[in-house]
Amino acid sequence: MSGPLLSGAGAGEPLLEVSGLCVDYGAGPGTVHAVVDADLVLHRGEVLGLAGESGSGKSTLAYAITRLLRAPGMITGGSVGYHQEPGHVVDLLAADEGALRVLRWSQISVVLQSAMNALNPVFTIGSQLTDVLRAHRPGMTKAERRARAAELLAMVGITADRLDSHPHELSGGMRQRVMIAMALALEPQVVIMDEPTTALDVVTQREILEELMELRERLSFAVIFITHDLSLLIEIADSIAVMYAGRLVERAAATALFRAPRHPYTLGLLSSFPALHGPRKQLTGIPGSPPDLRQLPAGCVFHPRCPYVMDRCLTERPPLLRPAEAVNGEAVNGEAVNGEAVNGEPVNGDGRDRAAACWLQDGSAAAPPELARPAPGAKQPAGPATATAPSVPAEPVAPATRSQS
Amino acid sequence: MTQLEVTAQPPETGAPLLEARGLTKHFPVHGTVPRIGGGSGPGSRRALWGARRLGRGGTDEGTAPKVVHAVEDVSLALAEAKVTAVVGESGSGKSTLARLMARLLKPTSGTLLVDGDPVPPTGRGGREYARLVQLVLQDPFSSLNPVHDVRYHLARPLRVHGLLEPGADLDETMTGLLERVSLTPADQFLAKYPHELSGGQRQRVAIARALAVRPRVLLADEPVSMLDVSIRLGLLNLLGDLRDRERLAILYITHDIASARYLANTIVVMYAGRVVESGPAEVVTDQPSHPYTQLLLSAAPDPDRATPPDLSGRGSPPSLVTPPSGCRFHPRCPHAMAICAERLPPAFAVAAGQQSACWLHASDTAPARPGQPDPARNSPSADHGQEGDALTDR
Repeated sequence: MSGPLLSGAGAGEPLLEVSGLCVDYGAGPGTVHAVVDADLVLHRGEVLGLAGESGSGKSTLAYAITRLLRAPGMITGGSVGYHQEPGHVVDLLAADEGALRVLRWSQISVVLQSAMNALNPVFTIGSQLTDVLRAHRPGMTKAERRARAAELLAMVGITADRLDSHPHELSGGMRQRVMIAMALALEPQVVIMDEPTTALDVVTQREILEELMELRERLSFAVIFITHDLSLLIEIADSIAVMYAGRLVERAAATALFRAPRHPYTLGLLSSFPALHGPRKQLTGIPGSPPDLRQLPAGCVFHPRCPYVMDRCLTERPPLLRPAEAVNGEAVNGEAVNGEAVNGEPVNGDGRDRAAACWLQDGSAAAPPELARPAPGAKQPAGPATATAPSVPAEPVAPATRSQS
Repeated sequence: MTQLEVTAQPPETGAPLLEARGLTKHFPVHGTVPRIGGGSGPGSRRALWGARRLGRGGTDEGTAPKVVHAVEDVSLALAEAKVTAVVGESGSGKSTLARLMARLLKPTSGTLLVDGDPVPPTGRGGREYARLVQLVLQDPFSSLNPVHDVRYHLARPLRVHGLLEPGADLDETMTGLLERVSLTPADQFLAKYPHELSGGQRQRVAIARALAVRPRVLLADEPVSMLDVSIRLGLLNLLGDLRDRERLAILYITHDIASARYLANTIVVMYAGRVVESGPAEVVTDQPSHPYTQLLLSAAPDPDRATPPDLSGRGSPPSLVTPPSGCRFHPRCPHAMAICAERLPPAFAVAAGQQSACWLHASDTAPARPGQPDPARNSPSADHGQEGDALTDR
């Protein structure tokens, strides 16, 4: 289902650029560094998956991007550039409340976690849908608002007579659909979805995802899809960023991440999902449990659970590296990228290329075969092939790492 | 055993350890307003929402008390050293089934058998049954008491059941239990409180507590769905180890059919309170024979997916107060035939050990089998003749 990028005007251009974003909870000695040096680029019309376990900082990252973070959460560094129009970039972290108010919902909207309970139980669906329009579209008449609300419901497959229903009269799947309709009310460019289908049954989840992907094709918004279900993400996302203990540990196109993971944590996550086909084989998952964010291990945060741990991992924290071997791979893929350029797809910026925060990938030692599988060339999205092809040794693609003492 | 039941029985084993025969559970619906007049007119609209909804479509409104048909005529056999997975969506009755089998709920009808002997529905033998059949609940954050440490949680079942032999060292017994669930160093865990443990560790404590009374059957109700992805597999492997090492009969209840395929020997698929398909785990997932199982498998996340998911039969489960007549899946079923709305499909044998409660598999009623991907399935086996006889009995 991970469809090709939209071919419309502006598709593939960066829309949201997150760089060096840091979020702390609290201050002083007990500070929890919930997100450290997050670098992401969301392109127009793209589905960017954010995968990670609970406590990995994926929701915090989403709240920081939208400036919805509440105390004691604090953004302590970085920038979030939103490309409102070509050439016009707004730094969301520097924007004041007035500017944010204009952008929120109409440009960037959020489908919250536990959206099942995010509807107000004492108001009808219709009044909650029209409330958004009343606040952001003051010119609309009451009848117009109601017509638009009915249209929005129809978009997600709910009949207009449900406008007068209260949330408790709807099933979980329908409530989730209403939340999605509400998020799309002002036709935003970016929709951030935080575990939107986790509480739903598998058939309902699939129905909603199919609808969502259809709507994305039609309305060409970009999605940041946050979930712990990596196997689902591989199906629906164009590119995926994997988070662990507040850090991005790997970034790649969805197919590449699935076929050729470069970080041991990604590999472990992938082998935590039993397959639906093929022979049954013993899987190991990942030993141990995620670290306490207040007492992070020194060096690489994953090293206590990593089966490939080396001496260096215990002391030095690996930056996000472009995997050495993948650089060679990209040189080979150059033709494919040029071939795609014929279809009118511009070569993308930095965020889509592979990156993994692991010392195994810096080229100094050969990575184990399961972490050095050849990346699939065919479905690899356009990458910055020409720019980076000659540089063979791994180079940091993230800004310099902050000391974590 | 009547022929109408789908009995999931591992073919290679002898007598099942714990067997459920024709278990049925109806929950009364409270607060039903007697309906005046018919249909969904404006009068009923003013009534309570629940009453309005519940009043629809029944035949005996106003008089007979309404019930939720949560579990209907389910037969299931748990064999020693086997994992039986029950797969279904929320509302399919799988958790109710676990509670019935743990005797936390009294069945409306049906019996439980241990080693072939019927268990009295209530009263005597309750404690002995509880020792034999232990339940592990879904949420390890609420199933352990936050004011007690691990030592208390493990010691209490030993005391209640009087299982501590005189002279035996309690701490030694308890560290042994923790080691069996791979919580090491065990002596350090004994003094910990639930809030000091991660979700996975808590669930291991819950399993150790269940093991304390030396049960022969473990009923695990969604034991990993609240846990982080990376530690789920460790728990599943632990359950697999307990099956192999300690020959426990395990009922694994889940909504995740992929994990059922991974862990279980037998998969039982439930829909709206009834068993629709059962069989060896790989057969059920590789050649699903019931349209609902096919839908479940198609909707499940699958990174290896080659074709877009086929969601024929999409929709929501029916009201269990007024369940559809005949096959409960027929209003959604892409292959529904006239007979599906009229008569309840019995369990038809479709392959070795695989049974499907679907009229598509009746050799004498189904002229064609649309949507059946596997042509091998169309050749009626010897068992079909037998099932056909059962039909005429009905």
